Amino acid sequence: MPDRDREPTIGELLDRSGVSRRGFVKYCTAMASLLALPPLAGRAMAQQLRAAHRPSVIYLSFQECTGCLESLTRSFSPTLESLLFDVISLDYDDTLQAAAGKQAEQARDRAMKENYGKYIVVVDGSVPTNDGGVYSCAGGRSAVDVLTEAAKDAAAIICVGTCSAFGGIPHADPNPTGARAVSDIIGDKPIVNVSGCPPIPEVITGTLLQFVTTGQVPDLDAHGRPTVFFGNTIHDRCYRRPFYDQGKFAKTFDDEGARNGWCLYELGCKGPTTYNACATVKWNGGVSFPIESGHPCLGCAEPDFWDRGSFYSPLASARWGKAGEVSPTEAAEIAAGAVAVGAALGVGSVLLGRHRQKARIEGSEKQEDGDGSH
Amino acid sequence: MDLIDLARGPVLKAAVVIFFAGVVWRIVNILLLQHRRDRNEPRRGVGASLLGGLKAMGSRSWPHPEFIGRTGAGEVLGYSYHLGLFALVLLFAPHISFFGSFFGVRWPALPSSVVTVVSVLTFTLALAVLFRRLTHRVLRRLSNFDDYFSWFVVTLVIVTGLMATAHVGGPYPTVLGLHILSFDLLLIWYPFGKLMHAFYIFPTRAVDGYLLTRKGAPS
Repeated sequence: MPDRDREPTIGELLDRSGVSRRGFVKYCTAMASLLALPPLAGRAMAQQLRAAHRPSVIYLSFQECTGCLESLTRSFSPTLESLLFDVISLDYDDTLQAAAGKQAEQARDRAMKENYGKYIVVVDGSVPTNDGGVYSCAGGRSAVDVLTEAAKDAAAIICVGTCSAFGGIPHADPNPTGARAVSDIIGDKPIVNVSGCPPIPEVITGTLLQFVTTGQVPDLDAHGRPTVFFGNTIHDRCYRRPFYDQGKFAKTFDDEGARNGWCLYELGCKGPTTYNACATVKWNGGVSFPIESGHPCLGCAEPDFWDRGSFYSPLASARWGKAGEVSPTEAAEIAAGAVAVGAALGVGSVLLGRHRQKARIEGSEKQEDGDGSH
Repeated sequence: MDLIDLARGPVLKAAVVIFFAGVVWRIVNILLLQHRRDRNEPRRGVGASLLGGLKAMGSRSWPHPEFIGRTGAGEVLGYSYHLGLFALVLLFAPHISFFGSFFGVRWPALPSSVVTVVSVLTFTLALAVLFRRLTHRVLRRLSNFDDYFSWFVVTLVIVTGLMATAHVGGPYPTVLGLHILSFDLLLIWYPFGKLMHAFYIFPTRAVDGYLLTRKGAPS
């Protein structure tokens, strides 16, 4: 059985692949900055990483579109994020690995056996549970089965993307496959949710790197997400926020407000309720993020984002109409119905009051007549 | 379904239905009250009486010069408080979006920072109004659960709104959900408490003015 501790350290591997020490320290400093760690933490991170052995990573893909993996791989080349291939030992990933069929499954089994209690399981995609989990099978085994087995001896689970973190699009109403989040199925392992559809590549790599460096899961929010990346809303860090504060809003995608880069709140931006690092870390190597490109935030890093009505209806709009949000016609219908009920109740209560009053008067008159006859 | 979707979904729907049904129920009850017929000979015609009714809506909304020393402070407090409520309810962009989703029309908003300042001032005035109610000997004796609960319901909406704006008290979606839930509570309580004065105040003044003018008294 190969002993991973006898394998070269990350530093040795980097030296062999020609990565300069300066480049590596720069990379670690950038990562430490991204993780909001103190200035000297980058150096410590570099030292720690160089001495560390590459952790085994088993990447499981279930009900997903491969967008998360696409996001992750795009971060690697040509930037220094490609170091991640040297920092981790990606022992199983049925999309990226060359092996197929039984050989692929054997690679996973071997990695689990050789790295008992130390390996990291990265999950991409939700887990279908209806009908025995038949809606996502590989090698004749259901996703539930594979996940349960892989999670049993793992050090931690990192859920990449909203599907594995919260169920995502497969979980959307009516959820025909019974899609569930990993945390709904595995309850006895540390789980880190890196949500987003897809998640920001640097957030995925940063979370992995932090785990590799410290051996611990980062501080998490109520949804199990690293607070360092998910501690603020998009709205809080949005460069268009001053326009929100000034009450300047784009009303359509081609009006003066849109051309002037005003706030997209009225076009349905979910930034105020979405926790993610899009506005700070940004996408494509820090080029921009959706709002910067003129499109409202969809809130994809939040649970059930697909079931919250139109992406283009304002966050403040009511949500109980036939189409997810109430239309003025529906509101008028409901109000008219309520008015009719109120009017009927009003007339009924008045008639009842009059009847009682009449009965009371008649009763007192009879009593007076009775008293008079004595 | 999380708190915010619950608050702006089924709970809001139920609150809107209760609000409309309750308001109409209260108004129908008043309209169908059995009034005694005024058998006095009218001193003024119908037109003049109607005009008197209209005049009363304005004149009764202004402090009487004779009592301004005693009622002035209360009037200033009341007007400032209501103006503040008007601005923060109807001139804040998210609120306009909310009402716009019902009525299909939107109107210009005040800058958020201005609304925040107005909200803080309105909250301060709400505290002042409560203090006056608690310390004014007559007002305190006239007050009952309805007065205090109505104050609480309105103030709760202001406070949760400020909390959402200031991002205190929990994650923003949760606090926003609480804010909308507190508004739902306000809608539900509205027809059954003294908040109904918003519907009664001007019609009752108009009726008073009409009847007084009809009797020949100044409205």
